[in-house]
Amino acid sequence: MARELWKGNEALAEAAVRAGAEAFFGYPITPQTELLEYMARRMPELGRTFLQAESEIAAIHMVYGAACAGVRALSSSSSPGISLMQEGLSYLAGSEVPCVLVDIMRGGPGLGNIQPSQSDYFQLTRSAGHGDFHPLVLAPSTVQEAVDLMYASFDLAFGWRTLVILAGDGTLGQMMEPVEMPPMRALAVERPDWALTGAAGRSPRVISSLYLDAAELEQSNLRLQAKLQQMAATQQRWESFCVEDADYLVVAFGTVARIAQSAVRAARRAGIRVGLFRPVTLWPYPRQPLDAICPQLRGVLVVEMNGGQMVEDVRCVVRERVPVRFLGHLGGVIPMPDEIEAELAQLVSLSGRAAFS
Amino acid sequence: METSIVVSGFGGQGALLAGQLLAHAALASGLEVTWIPSYGPEMRGGTAHCTVVVGDEPIGAPLVRHPECVVALNLPSVDKYEPLVAAGGLLVYDSTLVQRPVERVDLCAVAVPASEVAQRFGSPRLANLVLLGALLALRPVVTLEAMGAALRDHLPERHADLLQNNLEALHAGAALGKG
Amino acid sequence: METIYRRPALLADLPTHYCPGCGHGTVHRLVAETIEGLGIGSRTICVAPVGCAVLAYKYFVLDCCVAAHGRAPAMATGLKRVLPDRVIFTYQGDGDLASIGGNEILHAALRGEPITIIFVNNGVYGMTGGQMAPTTPLGMRTTSSPLGRDSQQQGYPIHLPELLAALPGVAYAARRSTHSVAEIRRARQAIQRAFTVQLRGLGLGIVELLGACPTNWQVTPVEALEFIEQVMLPVYPLGEFKVAAELGA
Repeated sequence: MARELWKGNEALAEAAVRAGAEAFFGYPITPQTELLEYMARRMPELGRTFLQAESEIAAIHMVYGAACAGVRALSSSSSPGISLMQEGLSYLAGSEVPCVLVDIMRGGPGLGNIQPSQSDYFQLTRSAGHGDFHPLVLAPSTVQEAVDLMYASFDLAFGWRTLVILAGDGTLGQMMEPVEMPPMRALAVERPDWALTGAAGRSPRVISSLYLDAAELEQSNLRLQAKLQQMAATQQRWESFCVEDADYLVVAFGTVARIAQSAVRAARRAGIRVGLFRPVTLWPYPRQPLDAICPQLRGVLVVEMNGGQMVEDVRCVVRERVPVRFLGHLGGVIPMPDEIEAELAQLVSLSGRAAFS
Repeated sequence: METSIVVSGFGGQGALLAGQLLAHAALASGLEVTWIPSYGPEMRGGTAHCTVVVGDEPIGAPLVRHPECVVALNLPSVDKYEPLVAAGGLLVYDSTLVQRPVERVDLCAVAVPASEVAQRFGSPRLANLVLLGALLALRPVVTLEAMGAALRDHLPERHADLLQNNLEALHAGAALGKG
Repeated sequence: METIYRRPALLADLPTHYCPGCGHGTVHRLVAETIEGLGIGSRTICVAPVGCAVLAYKYFVLDCCVAAHGRAPAMATGLKRVLPDRVIFTYQGDGDLASIGGNEILHAALRGEPITIIFVNNGVYGMTGGQMAPTTPLGMRTTSSPLGRDSQQQGYPIHLPELLAALPGVAYAARRSTHSVAEIRRARQAIQRAFTVQLRGLGLGIVELLGACPTNWQVTPVEALEFIEQVMLPVYPLGEFKVAAELGA
């Protein structure tokens, strides 16, 4: 199929449609609103469910309800809306009901602004709600990748009975890029064996996150933990660029990774042997592949649009082996390639000295 | 090889649309491209701008600090981008609306009476196409033919009756750019 | 011998966790009887609340899920939208529905979701130990209104069916009580109507049922029935506040 220009938010919506999403529930919030607007037109056209909820809280619980029926349901929002949804995310996790959520991140805390940000990293990977769980968090850096990951997300969600979050930022949501859309999938006819459909011809099913007995709740949690460990072992995704001979490594995700790629190209032209490591899964974090690169490195630069969140994962992997510098912009300020280059030059001069001391 | 182009103007002057059409033309020409708008409250009443990056390899940063080309549809856009255009870059602006001279000498400033010319084709709102034509005459990121095809394929339906006027405005701008 | 009463098949044969004299047992039975009577048990899904009735899924022999506190109408909306030919009902208490879930029930009603809401009002938060609810009558002492509910401080009791009756999306809104055999009969009819409007696609049906909470009212089960009559009824008049014309009289 030919490539067409798609806006990130709309491309995500169409990819969800093609992946077999049967229900969308959402609430307007900049900078993700085009996703909701696209669904408002597209879903009814296909005889599928679209509903604008009264709040993000209601939206995620509508998703929860629809997902309990075993259908592919999703919602989308941006940072303040995700905060409101956290209650529902925790219930979804506790009852292992799969669904997909898009977070087109904006600046915070509080009302913040509507400019691009990556400051929900901790929220999405560490504290998507109360209790012990992690969603599977995917961080595309191009509109094409957003489409591809969205297309895969329901299979992941249903395969693992997990919540899958696509984490983008305002840049990815608003920008247009060439995209090759995947084919339209037929909707699933069979419902999973846990789905609520009315107990015709079988014994009733219950979907609940309630375990009043401590030992039972512990057992339920241990099952969840075992699954998360299995996911952590098998679901790490990443991409690397120019790392084979790299002495230095830039680590960045999402929009910042593609900006960093421009900086890495420029630094290579200036003779610095630098590569780029881009986590695609933010949880599980691609620790093993990053760890494998470490022995060859003299320094690492982490760039994020936040106060330093993913850098903690990087430091966990790199430990004290080489210096880890951090460049962050907050509040919707986007790092530019030239300042990443300047930080790299700093890193080279500092770790160069360290190497001779 | 990458070229970055900013199109900037008041909301309603068609800055975002002009950038989108350029992006469509680039894609149809087999190039890689990104288009990103300003999306703040400035969309309503203030300036709206978009950044288009065109290249022959997948685009890294979709935003640039110092764009190589700027199409300025109004005075605030000239004020904002004159200091930001890359050295040796191009600043094409509507001299019907912007009467002050461009002061920087290390860039190529091209004054095009775009609103006045656009009026000849029926609407001052075609100034965006006049300026885009002038830009492409000086920096042929895509051909005028590709731009014309993008107009035919992607002009919003509500403006479909204005296709011919759009094409004429584009070519008139290109003639002014060359001259 | 003629059977004049039996446990509804849709009610599990289990001792409940409810306190002696609690209104939930009666309401559970009425709901199970109604669903059975309408012959819709194999296509009905229950959305349980947070509160004393959180374990409703143990007693209803139906597909069930448990919503977060107050979110049952949103969850029911999600279910109904993807399973329009199934019967979806929520079972909620007064704190759940009228306080934390106020927005969810209001908007489900505004949308006219064809779902059924069984709303049990006992004037207190039962499960957390008898705190003031939005339904607590003025002057009533609770653990969080130890001096008695004062309208100047804590506002007025909420009359939800009356409020919702004003909305075009609501097809049936009524309040009934469980303090006497006669009222229980009327309650059963109201529950049946609240399901019937769903089956006919007329809109949202809600029944508020005044139920006893002897434990938190600190009275005996028998006194609790008198409490409903003497304290609750003056605040909460019984009746049908909206009956869709299609339903007939």
